[in-house]
Amino acid sequence: MIRIERRLAQPKWLLFAVPVGSVVVAFGLMTVVLLITHHPPLHTFSRLLSSGFGSTQSLNDTLVSTTPLIFTGLCAAVAFRMQLFNIGGEGQLYAGAILGAAAGIALGNHSGWLSVPAMIVAGAVGGAALALIPAILRAFFSTNEIITSLMLNYVGALVINYLIFDSLSYWRDTSSPTAKVFPQGKTLPDAASWPASHVGALYLPFGLLVGVVIAAIVWLLYTRTRFGFEVQVIGDSPRAASYAGMRTRRKILAVMALSGAIAGIGGASQDGDIRHLLDPRGLTAAGYGYAGIVIAALARYNPFAVCFVAFLLGGLQNAGYTLQGVDFPSGLVGVMQGLILFCALGGELLVRYRLRFARSTRSAEAAA
Amino acid sequence: MINNSVWVVVLASAVTYGTPLLYAALGELLTERSGVLNLGVEGMMLIGAVMGFWAVQRTGSLLLAIVVAAVAGASMALIHAFLVITLRANQIVSGLALTIFAGAAGLSSYLGNDLNLADQPARHAFAPFLPKSWQTADVVGPILFKQSALVYASWALVVIIALYLNRTRFGLNVRAVGEAPEAADAMGINVTAYRYVHTMTGGALAGVGGACFTLWITPQWVDGITAGAGWIAIALVIFAFWRPALCLIGAYLFGAFSGIPFAFQARGILTSIPPELFQSLPYVMTIVVLVLVSSAGARRRLGAPAALGTPYVREER
Repeated sequence: MIRIERRLAQPKWLLFAVPVGSVVVAFGLMTVVLLITHHPPLHTFSRLLSSGFGSTQSLNDTLVSTTPLIFTGLCAAVAFRMQLFNIGGEGQLYAGAILGAAAGIALGNHSGWLSVPAMIVAGAVGGAALALIPAILRAFFSTNEIITSLMLNYVGALVINYLIFDSLSYWRDTSSPTAKVFPQGKTLPDAASWPASHVGALYLPFGLLVGVVIAAIVWLLYTRTRFGFEVQVIGDSPRAASYAGMRTRRKILAVMALSGAIAGIGGASQDGDIRHLLDPRGLTAAGYGYAGIVIAALARYNPFAVCFVAFLLGGLQNAGYTLQGVDFPSGLVGVMQGLILFCALGGELLVRYRLRFARSTRSAEAAA
Repeated sequence: MINNSVWVVVLASAVTYGTPLLYAALGELLTERSGVLNLGVEGMMLIGAVMGFWAVQRTGSLLLAIVVAAVAGASMALIHAFLVITLRANQIVSGLALTIFAGAAGLSSYLGNDLNLADQPARHAFAPFLPKSWQTADVVGPILFKQSALVYASWALVVIIALYLNRTRFGLNVRAVGEAPEAADAMGINVTAYRYVHTMTGGALAGVGGACFTLWITPQWVDGITAGAGWIAIALVIFAFWRPALCLIGAYLFGAFSGIPFAFQARGILTSIPPELFQSLPYVMTIVVLVLVSSAGARRRLGAPAALGTPYVREER
């Protein structure tokens, strides 16, 4: 007989042990999936690790994959902490990429000191604007933000496709002859390329640094300010918050705008750091927004943990791209992410509750 | 011919595209009525779609394919049920996890890839089977009679689920479990068992809903073939105020939004308007309808089951 009892205090070590344990268990379950589908598990995992983290080149690629995931992970973590389930990170990232690219193109090739900050601001505005739609609907009409924010992901994907494939928009390259046959985005001017820094042989995208700085800001905001305190109270107990006179509506708008702005900067970073044009196919195929949800949950909404988990899942995603082919089925990365998240959720039980193994209830009663 | 008029085509496609939504929404309705919120509908639909298609390619039997799709959907729902009912995990995050795990970039794509299902024409597909003279009847022919057996089965299901919830003891128990699990428990109803059964039934119906695409509407397998239908189905349950009959109306309404782009494109109507605008119609209308319903529902107190989304822990009443 197993009894489940609520813990009065949550031991600190469990907060680390559970996510680590859940990754281990997820790899175990993945082994089962691979065996059932006749793939050699050890071979697959070793290739996964080596192409994710094995060489300088793969580490550099992993850092490139990590960058957007830090933003979408923070986007989810910021909102989820208030029990506000913004799963529109995907669409907000597109919105940021659209406005970020517009800013980059509009400011021309003058100076990076002008273009880069402008792209960051434009990306943030784009993401925040899209996030405010579900926020306003939730705050004033109590419409479920999960569905509205998710629906906007599909709309966002259609808009970004329209801009490049079905119109002669500002973002589309209409000058070169090949671009007439194969529609693609205008290449951004050099001033709109974000400066990368080098640490030894490692190449750090500027967006990665921006992401870590934002993580630090979010941490300060949520642990050291009145605003953050109120967000946490509203998240843990909305009723207590309203009795204490906290303004829930304003917080919903502010937190969603912040969350969307972070995802939007991630979109701008895609333009400036990596793609250097508005790239609908690449952005919509990557699924950064959904991976961000996995990252936020696994990091237990802690901003610094988000950066670390984003690096791990970034490696997984990067390895997934590199290895995609006949012996490495395409959905493997999503399966792996889902399994890790399931295990982390199950492991949450061990953090909140204590399992007590008793021989049987009857003998326990007799002893009492 | 009146049957070639745009509005008949749109209404016929409303029924066609509404049917997968109807199955998935009825499933989610049963799940939610027992107090469990499962946001993994999109994932379960995709798994049902891919496994149903696999079954028909392997065996050639459509009936068997539907059964396989239902079992596949139910087994996905079992993961969610175990996590949220037994392990008391957060239902929202678990449902999202299920969609990521099973969804367009997850297990459904993995299976489709691994079983080599892409780019294959279906061996069999559901087709209209009623007498030709009925199918060609004015207006009602294309809309109601030139449809597959899946449509008529879904109508039967609406009636069955409505009767089950409102006229049987089991249905009463389900509603009790969803509204007030502690009272149901005190009555001697096994809350855990009811929640497991209804979550898995919901998954089975979502699987059938997904199979509607691969066995009938499209009939082929493409990654992410449901294109958000699972999420629309969840919105549909809210729109229907958790009532089966209203699900039917809502499903055809949203089916029309999904069908309009195809009907208009095929006829070259309004070609000056970018196709993306039409394609975004179902998603935008879902938001609009949800807003209308959430304010109206709040006013008339037609709401979700009271215990929706909360785990039931006997020790912590």
